[in-house]
Amino acid sequence: MKHSSIPESFSPELQNHLFGRHLLASEIPFSEEMIVEHLKNGYVSQLSGVHAESGKFTCLRCGNEDQSMFYAIPCKVCHRDCAYCRSCIMMGRVSECAKLYQWTGPRLLYPVPDQVMSWDGKLSEGQLTASHRVVDAVNEKGELLVWAVCGAGKTEVLFPAIKTALMAGNRICLATPRTDVVLELFPRLKKAFPKIDVAALYGGSSDRHTPSQLIISTTHQLIRFIEAFDVIIVDEVDAFPYSADDSLHYAVNKSKKSAAATIYLTATPSKRMKRLYRSGKLKAVTIPARYHRQPIPVPEMVWCGNWQKKFLEKKIPPAIGRWVSDRMSQNIPLLLFFPSIKMLEQVNPLFQLLSPKLKIVHSQHPERKERVMALRNGEVPGLLTTTILERGVTIERLEVAVIGSEHEVFSESALVQIAGRVGRSLAFPRGTITFFHYGKSKAMIEAIQHIRMMNKTARERGLLDDE
Amino acid sequence: MNRCLVCNEAMKDVLTWRTLLKRADAKVICKSCEGGLERITGERCSLCSRELDGIHRSGDLCYDCSRWESDNEWSGQLSRNISLFHYNEQLKEIIAKFKYRGDYALASIFVPYLREVLKDMEHDLITCIPLSDERLRERGFNQAQALADLLGLCTVELLNRIDTEKQSKKSRLERISLPQVFEVKNQDLLQGRSILVIDDIYTTGTTLRQAAKALKKAGAKAVSSITLSR
Repeated sequence: MKHSSIPESFSPELQNHLFGRHLLASEIPFSEEMIVEHLKNGYVSQLSGVHAESGKFTCLRCGNEDQSMFYAIPCKVCHRDCAYCRSCIMMGRVSECAKLYQWTGPRLLYPVPDQVMSWDGKLSEGQLTASHRVVDAVNEKGELLVWAVCGAGKTEVLFPAIKTALMAGNRICLATPRTDVVLELFPRLKKAFPKIDVAALYGGSSDRHTPSQLIISTTHQLIRFIEAFDVIIVDEVDAFPYSADDSLHYAVNKSKKSAAATIYLTATPSKRMKRLYRSGKLKAVTIPARYHRQPIPVPEMVWCGNWQKKFLEKKIPPAIGRWVSDRMSQNIPLLLFFPSIKMLEQVNPLFQLLSPKLKIVHSQHPERKERVMALRNGEVPGLLTTTILERGVTIERLEVAVIGSEHEVFSESALVQIAGRVGRSLAFPRGTITFFHYGKSKAMIEAIQHIRMMNKTARERGLLDDE
Repeated sequence: MNRCLVCNEAMKDVLTWRTLLKRADAKVICKSCEGGLERITGERCSLCSRELDGIHRSGDLCYDCSRWESDNEWSGQLSRNISLFHYNEQLKEIIAKFKYRGDYALASIFVPYLREVLKDMEHDLITCIPLSDERLRERGFNQAQALADLLGLCTVELLNRIDTEKQSKKSRLERISLPQVFEVKNQDLLQGRSILVIDDIYTTGTTLRQAAKALKKAGAKAVSSITLSR
């Protein structure tokens, strides 16, 4: 018999914790009875984390369908062979018997404070055009690619759109592949929107159980959300290897509501995105000029002979040696990009002879941040690195050389990003970027065309002051 | 396509006469990740497998084992432990992912190595160090049992855990002075038998000695153990 006199109610704490989330039981710090009660009343729903159909498995949390990334456990919970997903296991094991929970009860409402945004900076002409388009996309719940050159000032472009969304009571997520970027953006957004609850999510961040309205997250963390966002902004959407592309799209699609605005940001859209844009299937807006209204330095190509052989003979190709010495004598900070960590370690002793103060930095290097900082502060004259530093490094007066630029790791987008490190500040908008090669590659030529094309568009649109 | 269980990179199968003729264990770990595993080699403690460095030793025993062996209560309980690898960063990471994240598949990395040393270990029965029920429900599997299962070994349950607190949070002294961690079950099976115990890591050797003591008291003839690392 049902006690109809007692109104069925839900726990606001559980609602706060679970609203828009897609979580395992181990990620929900509430009693089992409470969850069962909510399931019964339809406030919460659950589904098996790994779905099996005609012998094929799918992970409902991360979207993994690669069968080689599933494995079965003789499970002591469900007492049978139970498949789990190895792809997202670092975020807790999802398996056939491990349920994923989501909130299906009443929605949370976000009150609009008196003053949403305190940022009052000025946008450049190029930024302004783009920002209008982003606002439109938010209002229309549409899809938009913002193709902005390195140094265009992408973050500020988003502010008016974030304000619009917040005023409509929307929930917003800004997702980026790198934790460094999450940490850098968090204080900027908090400052711009001081009355809004902003959360930063990344691997190892303290678990936030508040249902923040504005979330800055690594793209990894997106898999813990479902039907949560009215606006999702995906930064550096091209920064993923091709294989990771599908999982990113799964996570973005799952985390947003069925009607939501989707904004992609990048300086170097993938071929696929460009194709969609050219065929009219994806709307796009470009910011072809930098914030400081100076053109982007165009890379020069310098033939340096068989560099690989020279390095094996323990010699630095003369053209490269001169390039480095010239800059060191003028105290110009420099970055040298190499094709691999192995190569980096092979050539390091040779460059040590040139200057023992030159240092190396790569993905597995513990002092990565410290060394980049040392270059910025002028404590080291230059760094030898891999494509790991292709993005996100801004150092005044920096000049850059790519050694062996025809190597396959230097794709068009990698080379455009690398070139984008030069001439970032208004005080020093110029600087050389040199591709040292032993035979030009298609990617090198396309990268140069890409930069020339952006400069040309910027000039046509009157966004440059260099004439 | 085969992927390395550690780095998830695709592995190319190199086709040789050997791989064609001898359908050996399919490779589950790539060369580079395998290179990060460090086998225990050279002169080692005859009891616990620790590599002997010349300083902390007493004859052919390491300092720790000589301390255990000079204690009447513990002397001779564990006849021998074989460990495969040094507990370096790479192995630490693999074992953490295996045990705490619950990536069961990783157990298969160790199968060929364990099979090789098992050949030389005499035993009548094999058993695994058990988990508490709570821990077992949490992880869904027992890591030692996972190793045994993937090796295709026939194991018997001989031990039950009495204490449920986490061993790894306790100091050596606390561990050694613990009254009793295991109780024996299926006692009739082990009379006069030599038992091989499987566990993942040999840290202080307390867990294995506790198990050995309980088993011998219940009638086992001898107890030895095999662990991935020490």
